[in-house]
Amino acid sequence: MMLIPCPWCGPRDDSEFAYGNQAHIARPNDPLATSDQQWAEYLYFRDNPKGPFAERWMHAAGCRRWFHVVRDTYSHVILQVYKVGEWPDPALGVGPASKES
Amino acid sequence: MAEAGRRRGPTGKPRYSILALARNALSYHENWQAAWRSPEPKPSYDAIVVGGGGHGLATAYYLASVHGIRNVAVLEKGWIGGGNTGRNTTIIRSNYLWDESAAIYEHALKLWEGLSQELNFNLMFSQRGVITLAHSEHELKEMRRRVEAIRLNGIDTEVLSTADVKKLVPIINTDQGIRHPVMGGFIQRRGGTARHDAVAWGYARAADDLGVDIIQNCEVTGFLKDGNGAIEGVETSRGIIRSKKIGCVAAGHSAVLADLAGFKLPIQARPLQALVSEPIKPVIDTVVMSNAVHMYISQSDKGELVLGAGTDSYNSYAQRGSLNIVEHQLAAACELYPIVSRLRVLRTWGGIVDTCPDASPIVSTTPVDGLYFNCGWGTGGFKATPGSGHVFADLMAHNRPNPIAAPFTLQRFKGGYLIDEHGAAGVAH
Repeated sequence: MMLIPCPWCGPRDDSEFAYGNQAHIARPNDPLATSDQQWAEYLYFRDNPKGPFAERWMHAAGCRRWFHVVRDTYSHVILQVYKVGEWPDPALGVGPASKES
Repeated sequence: MAEAGRRRGPTGKPRYSILALARNALSYHENWQAAWRSPEPKPSYDAIVVGGGGHGLATAYYLASVHGIRNVAVLEKGWIGGGNTGRNTTIIRSNYLWDESAAIYEHALKLWEGLSQELNFNLMFSQRGVITLAHSEHELKEMRRRVEAIRLNGIDTEVLSTADVKKLVPIINTDQGIRHPVMGGFIQRRGGTARHDAVAWGYARAADDLGVDIIQNCEVTGFLKDGNGAIEGVETSRGIIRSKKIGCVAAGHSAVLADLAGFKLPIQARPLQALVSEPIKPVIDTVVMSNAVHMYISQSDKGELVLGAGTDSYNSYAQRGSLNIVEHQLAAACELYPIVSRLRVLRTWGGIVDTCPDASPIVSTTPVDGLYFNCGWGTGGFKATPGSGHVFADLMAHNRPNPIAAPFTLQRFKGGYLIDEHGAAGVAH
C-alpha cells in the first residue's frame, strides 16, 4: 500500500494509479543502425534495482496524466516526484542514461 | 540405533518409514537425527548453487544424484525454503499451451509423481485435480482450443460444463446472473498440490545425504572472475567461496545477482500475494483457478482455505503488496464461493516473483563463463521445482543446452523466439 503524490491532484492511494515501469527509456534513434541485441535491450531489458528506481506512473482514476516517481523498491519510500520533461535529482543516483525520454 | 534400510549417502541417514516412526515413538520422538547438517563453508567446491529454495535444492540434489557432482554447496541468505518456496499456494499442473512449456512442466509433473519415494520424504503430493474456470463465451471457446493443444502434447486435460464444475465443486456459485458467471472450464486431473515446505526439506535432506553442504545465513555479495572474465567464486557474508561452476536460482533477487555479475536480465521483481482463512471442515477437495478474476482456491490438509491473488503492477522487493489486490481477490472469492464470506482471514503475505516479458522462465548460460541462471519462473515456479532443478543440473554439469531447457535461453529475447505464455497457460499471471 502506497500513498503516491500526483503532481496535479496531490497524495492518493496507489490503487488509483497505473504503473508504467522504468522511466527515461529512449527509443533507438536510427532503427536501421540498431542491432538485434540493442532492440532486445530496448524492448525487454529494464533495470530492476533493489533501491531507488525512476519510474513512470499514470493517475488513471484521477487526472489521467503521466508523471515520474523515484521510489525505493525495498522500502516503498517515495524519494522524488517530477513531471514529464523533468529529470531525477542527480543525488539519488537514478539518472537516465540518455537525455532523450 | 541400528537401522535396517540405511541410505547409501556419505552421512548414512536412516530411512524414514513406519517402523522408524514407531521406534521413535517409544523414545518420545526425542532421538530423530537432524535432517541436514549445518556445515561451515569450505574454501572451494566443484559447484555452487546460489539460492536455497526448492529449485536450488533440487538443482543440488540432481547434481549429486544424477551427475555425480557431490562436492556442492547451496548458499542461502536466509533459511532454506523461506522465500517463495514457503509463500506459494502449492499448485502443481502441466496444462500449458506451447510445446516448450508443456515439455518442461510435464517433465516436472512426472518427477513429482515419484518424488516422495525417491526422496524418502512425504511431500503430501495430492493429485486432486486442477480446474480452470471460464467466465465468458469467448473464454470457453479459447479454452476448448487450448485443451486440444494440450492433449496433442500427451497431457491429460478435459473440458468441463458448468454442471460438471458444480458436481466437482459443490460450494461454487453457478448462478448465471453474477458478475463472473461460471460458464464451464477445464480440468487436469493429474494436477494438484504438495506440501511446499516439505519439498525444500525433502530435497535438502536427500542432497545433504549425498554430501551437499547446505549453508544458510550466507548471502552472496559479489562474484569473482578470473583474467578471462570466467567465474571463479563468490564473495559472501561468510567469506570467499571458490568454484568454477556457479548456478543462481534466486527467484525475486535474480536481477540483484545479475547486477553483481555485471549483466542485465529481462526480469522485473513484483509482489505476489496470497492468504489463508481460518481452518474449517473439508469443503473443497480440488483446486479451482480463475483467469478472469485472478483468484484461485484450494483447501489445505489443516482445513485453511488457501487463496491466491494476482501480482501488483509495480516493482518491489518488499515482500508485501497493496491491499486493493487482496480486496479484488476476496470480492471474487465471495461471489464465486458465497460460504467463504463469513470466514475470517488468518494471515496474508507476499513474495517477490521474477516476472519475464513472455511469462516463461530463463534456464540458461550467461555472458559470464561458468555462471548459469535459472530464474524468471514468475508467478508459477513451484509446480516446476523438480523439473527445473533436473534440467538446470544437467545444464550446469555438462555446459551444453539441455533438450528441454534449450528454448528457455537468455538468447531468445535477442532472436525473438519468445515463449509467450501470458494468458495462454490458463492462469492469472
